[in-house]
Amino acid sequence: MDILKFATVGSVDDGKSTLIGRLLFDSKSIYEDQLAAITETSKKRGEDFVNLALLTDGLRAEREQGITIDVAYRYFSTPQRKFIIADCPGHIEYTRNMVTGASSVDAVVILIDARHGVVEQTKRHSFITSLLQVKHLIVCINKMDLVDYSEDVYNKIKKDFSSFLTRLSIPDVHFIPISALDGDNVVDKSKNLPWYGGSTFLYTIENLHLGSDHNHVDCRFPIQIVIRPNLDYRAYAGRVESGVFKPGDEVRLLPSGFTTKIKKIETIDGEVKEAFHPMSVNILLEGEHDLSRGDMITKPNNQPEKAQDLDVMLCWLNKTPLNPKGKYIIKHTTKEVKAITKEILYKVNINNLHKDEEDKVIRMNDVGRAKFRVSSPLFIDKFKANKNSGSLILIDQFTNETVAAGLIL
Amino acid sequence: MDYKVPYLKQLELEAIYIFREAVSQCENPALLFSGGKDSIVMVHLAKKAFWPGKIPFPLVHIDTGHNFEETLTFRDELVKLHGHNLVVGSVEESIKNGEAHEEVGPKASRNALQSITLMSTIENNKYDCLFGGARRDEEKARAKERFFSHRDAFGQWEPKNQRPELWSLYNGRKNPDEHFRVFPLSNWTELDVWEYIRSEGIEIPSLYFSHKREVFKREGVIYAHAPFMTLIEGETVERVSVRFRTIGDVTCTGAVESTASTLEEVINEIKASRVTERGTRIDDKRSEAAMEDRKKQGYF
Repeated sequence: MDILKFATVGSVDDGKSTLIGRLLFDSKSIYEDQLAAITETSKKRGEDFVNLALLTDGLRAEREQGITIDVAYRYFSTPQRKFIIADCPGHIEYTRNMVTGASSVDAVVILIDARHGVVEQTKRHSFITSLLQVKHLIVCINKMDLVDYSEDVYNKIKKDFSSFLTRLSIPDVHFIPISALDGDNVVDKSKNLPWYGGSTFLYTIENLHLGSDHNHVDCRFPIQIVIRPNLDYRAYAGRVESGVFKPGDEVRLLPSGFTTKIKKIETIDGEVKEAFHPMSVNILLEGEHDLSRGDMITKPNNQPEKAQDLDVMLCWLNKTPLNPKGKYIIKHTTKEVKAITKEILYKVNINNLHKDEEDKVIRMNDVGRAKFRVSSPLFIDKFKANKNSGSLILIDQFTNETVAAGLIL
Repeated sequence: MDYKVPYLKQLELEAIYIFREAVSQCENPALLFSGGKDSIVMVHLAKKAFWPGKIPFPLVHIDTGHNFEETLTFRDELVKLHGHNLVVGSVEESIKNGEAHEEVGPKASRNALQSITLMSTIENNKYDCLFGGARRDEEKARAKERFFSHRDAFGQWEPKNQRPELWSLYNGRKNPDEHFRVFPLSNWTELDVWEYIRSEGIEIPSLYFSHKREVFKREGVIYAHAPFMTLIEGETVERVSVRFRTIGDVTCTGAVESTASTLEEVINEIKASRVTERGTRIDDKRSEAAMEDRKKQGYF
C-alpha cells in the first residue's frame, strides 16, 4: 500500500485541527476511549459540541489557549492508502514548527476561512510550500456554513488565491469548499454545496497522483558511520540520498577525488543488487581508503559542485536575527562545517513577493537570501535538482539551536 | 525499474538512519529497554543498524521492582543470547537511599518514581543520548515529539519550545549535562510494530498472548494479581484468559480479556479493536495531561 504524507497549514483559527478531527471521526479512525476523553473535556470546558480539535491539540498550553503550538502527527489509513498527517500551527509565532512539518511531506493542505479570504498567513504558508518544493497543494475553503454556502464567496477566494499562486511554482493545485465543523465535503459529499461538482477532501487525498519524483539519477551517498568490527571488515554505512548504486560500479570518493569500485553492498538481510533512496546500506569498496563520516561516495561522470561559498535561501526560525557578520555551524548531509555570513542580499516581502533590498534584517519567520563562506568545502547540489544534497540547516554555535532552514540556490 | 520500498521496510530504514545519525553525534548513548514489544523491536533495529558490528551501547532497564516475572526472564535471556550489555536502574534503590518516596495506599504505583531513577542513572553513567521506543500514535503528548528531542540539564522537555527539525538533518548538538531522547519508532503505529514483529519473526514475551492468570477488576481495569498488590474491599481474585496489549509494570498495566494465542490472532484482534493501546494504562489516566507532565519531569 502506498503512503501519503501531508501537512495541514493556514492561519490561526482557520480550522486545521478541526478538519483533521473531522476526517478521523468520519472515516471511523477514532477510538472509543479517545472520543470519550475529548467528549468529557469539551463538556468540562462548557462547549455544546464535541471539540474535534482536541484530538490533535495534545499539549496543556494548546488546550488552554485553543491554539496549536507545535506539529502533531496523526496516522490513519483507508483501504486505498496510508496517511501520515502533520497538523501544523497557524500562528505566525510558530512558523518554525510549520516549516518543520512541511519539510518532509508530499502534499500540503491549506485552509482558508471563507469569511476572511486570503490573509497574510495564507500567503506565507503557500510561499513556504512552494519554496520547499512540495508538489501538491489542496486548498480547502472552510467555514462555508458561515457564508451561507455561497458559490460567489468561494469563487472570489479561488480567483484571489489563484492569482497569488501564479507567482509560485506549485504544479498541482486543488480547490474544495468545506465545512470542517459540520463535515461538508470532508468525507461525505455535501448537500449544502450542490453547485460544487468536484471531489471531497478524503477522495482527493486518496487519489493524489504520487509519481516517483525522487532523484534516482545523481548518485550521492554521504557516509554516516564507518563499521569496522574487526581488521578484515570495513564498511561505509549510510543512506543513499539519490541515484542508484550497484556492486561493481566505478565510484569517486569525495573529498579525496580517488576513483575505485564497489566491491559489495550489503545489510544484515543479505547482499543488495541495487541500492536507492531511502535504503540504508553498508558499502564495501575495493582497496584501502581514507574515508569517514561527512565524506561522500559519488559517480565519476556525475559530480556535485565543490563549494566553499554558498548562496542560500533561508527560512529564519529563531528569535535572534541573522547576524550579518555572524559565525554559525552548517549541517549539510552528514557533514558539519563552520560558516560565516558574507552578505545578506534581500528579504522577501511575503505579501507581494517583492525583494526588499532596503531592510535586510532577517528576523524570525522571514525568508531571505544570503551568502556564506564555509571552513572547508561542501559537495552540494541545487535544492531544485536534489532536495537531499541541496538542503542544509544553520546552527547557532553558542546555543546549539537550529536557527534556519537553508535551500541551496 | 520502479524504485519503491514497501511501507514496513521504509519504517525500518528510517529507524536505522536515526540510530546511526544519533550514535555518530553523541559520546555515550544507551537504549531504554523495558522488556515491552517496542523496546524489543528497537534492539532488533539497533542490531541491523550496526551489523556486523555489535550494538555500540548498553540496554538500560529502569526496574520498578514490580515487574512481571515473564518480562524479567525474557530480558535476561535476550541479553544472554546476544551478549548485550545490560544496566539496571532500580527504583527500589532510589527509595532506599531517599531519592524517591513511595506512594501509599492500594492504588500506589512506582510509575512516576521511574523518572527519578532514570535521571540518576543518566547522571551516574553520563549518558548523553537515550534511545526510546515511544511512538507518536500512542498518546497526544507523544504525538508532538521530535525524532531528536532535546532535554536540559534537569532532564526536562520543553514542549512549547522544541527545536525545529528540518528534512532529515538532525541537530544533535548540546551543552554539557544536557542530553537527547531519540525516538526511531516515531512514525510507527501499533499495528506497524505487530506486522513488523511478524515479518521479521521477532521473539516477544508470552504476556502478549492469551494465558490464564489470576486477576481482579478495579474501575473497569483488569489488574494482574501479585503479592505486592493490595485488594480493596469487595474486590475478588479470579482466573481468566487474558493478554496484555502493552507492558509496563504490574501496578500500571491493565490486561484485556482475550483468547488470541498466536501472532495472527493478536494482529486480527488489534485491527478490530475500538480502543487505543494505552487505554489499558492506568498511568496515563491520572490526569488529562498525565503524559505531558511526566515527560516534562524526565519520563520516557
